[in-house]
Amino acid sequence: MSSDSTEDKSRRRFLTAATSAVGAVGLGFVAWPFLSTWNPSARAQSAGAPVEADIGKLEPGQQLIVKWRGKPVWVVRRDAEAIATLDKVSGELRDPNSDESNQPAYAKNKTRSIKEEYLVVVGICTHLGCSPTFRPEITADWMGGFFCPCHGSKFDYSGRVFQGVPAPTNLEIPPYRFVSDNVVLIGEDGVA
Amino acid sequence: MSKASDLMGWIDARFPATKMWEEHLSKYYAPKNFNFWYFFGSLALLVLVIQIVTGIFLTMQYKPDGEQAFASVEYIMRDVDWGWLIRYMHSTGASAFFVVIYLHMFRGMMYGSYQKPRELVWLFGMFIFLALMAEAFMGYLLPWGQMSYWGAQVIISLFSAIPVIGDDLTLWIRGDFVISDATLNRFFALHVVAVPIILLMLVVMHIIALHEVGSNNPDGVDIKKLKDPETKIPLDGIPFHPYYSVKDIVGVVVFLMFFSAVVFFMPEMKGYFLEYANFVPADPFKTPEHIAPVWYFTPFYAILRAVPDKLLGVIAMFAAIVMLFLLPWLDRGKVRSIRYRSGTFKVLLVMFVISFVVLGYLGALPATEIRTMFARIFTAGYFGYFIALWFISKNENTKPVPERVTS
Repeated sequence: MSSDSTEDKSRRRFLTAATSAVGAVGLGFVAWPFLSTWNPSARAQSAGAPVEADIGKLEPGQQLIVKWRGKPVWVVRRDAEAIATLDKVSGELRDPNSDESNQPAYAKNKTRSIKEEYLVVVGICTHLGCSPTFRPEITADWMGGFFCPCHGSKFDYSGRVFQGVPAPTNLEIPPYRFVSDNVVLIGEDGVA
Repeated sequence: MSKASDLMGWIDARFPATKMWEEHLSKYYAPKNFNFWYFFGSLALLVLVIQIVTGIFLTMQYKPDGEQAFASVEYIMRDVDWGWLIRYMHSTGASAFFVVIYLHMFRGMMYGSYQKPRELVWLFGMFIFLALMAEAFMGYLLPWGQMSYWGAQVIISLFSAIPVIGDDLTLWIRGDFVISDATLNRFFALHVVAVPIILLMLVVMHIIALHEVGSNNPDGVDIKKLKDPETKIPLDGIPFHPYYSVKDIVGVVVFLMFFSAVVFFMPEMKGYFLEYANFVPADPFKTPEHIAPVWYFTPFYAILRAVPDKLLGVIAMFAAIVMLFLLPWLDRGKVRSIRYRSGTFKVLLVMFVISFVVLGYLGALPATEIRTMFARIFTAGYFGYFIALWFISKNENTKPVPERVTS
């Protein structure tokens, strides 16, 4: 091995760069399983199975809370007066037609529901994940709906968000279907 | 030669013990004019030690399990001998850490300790601040109370504001569709192993960088310019040990008086150090009426709430911290210490401090319209400091800086 100064360094540079590149790729492959352990486990996934809710005893103006995927899902029975408020507030909403919001196609309407009477909605604020409170009373300056205590987001009787509050979109509607008149299945709709 | 110096010689031939002792303590020359603001660096180190020691003993009794976590903390409080003391030292230590760090950072802003050549000292310090916030946030989930749960829910949801990947990212961080046992377990691992290791490494780098360039001082004078021609020791420098090691003991004693008073007489600090809602076990179905982070996060939380848009709010909150990172380059001034800087600088710094404190106050309260308006004004004050500093520092009307430090 000679070490005179005319030797070609470019080969050494190439080998160093190639080794580094291959090493970096290897590191990426090794990192993958570690990062994957943070995904929801099989057990957490299976806990996301659909749940049934018995709505037979739900009176108008009442709210039923069901646990689905660990989240609260509300079933709210609305009377004609509550449904009538939906038109009155539509001018004050950020996304009245639910174009930006998350819901199955069959709930992309004014009442955001399959049956007008029953609102089925995920009770998690689209802002930062608090659980809003149900404020059913209709007064002069409040048309009934939901209020998030954390950052003051307001939603109407269909879970549609008002303007000027931090929540960006309407409350999420989960996939659901009516198994019978009195039973609703949340988490599965038989559509997709 | 005595036996002891024989032993030191034997060690020094194998490990640079004496060399390190001299470099960092007995022959590290610090400016002789340090005032009380210079206690907070060593106090931060003291609190770090308190947190590590009390933390190790808490892990011996705590159970990182969604079913058992809350009960195990109460078990520590009631059934473990002196368990309440260890836990209150740890919870008070968390708040004390931020008190000390905020004062330490303010010292740096006041005396220009981030300016050339101490940019890296400041940057390592800012990374310590970030790691500390992560550490405190994840530690707060562990008692598994209502505020632990919903506070974590809100903070993790911040990432959902990121376009496209946001929702998948939050799912990945939580490891479940909501905050759950999976989240608690990984936060425990990060809180007791990963982040402390990072913190310790950063502290070492912070101190090595500091000792490379030397400490700043209340006059902002570079003491390395004037050295004794024979000994090469800075004329205004004194060895850290014994002068400051002994002086710092005074700071430690005073600090421990306050610390003990809190630990023994008001560990909850009226709900600011330990929030009342956290004495209720976590309930995924019921958000407490009022959610506020612990006091040390409230200034940034107020900035988040001041912006009516979700993504922009999150950006503003992170930008508030990025501004501090950029401080060495935003300040274009050549004069370090507030003592010789312009009146405008003093006014700006006062404005910054008022903004920070008021934002912290507002962030702890429920948002109302009038408070949101004030939060917006003081958010402007917070950012205004950094922007105005960039403009005024280029051609600032400063006073002449003396050659030697003043006493």
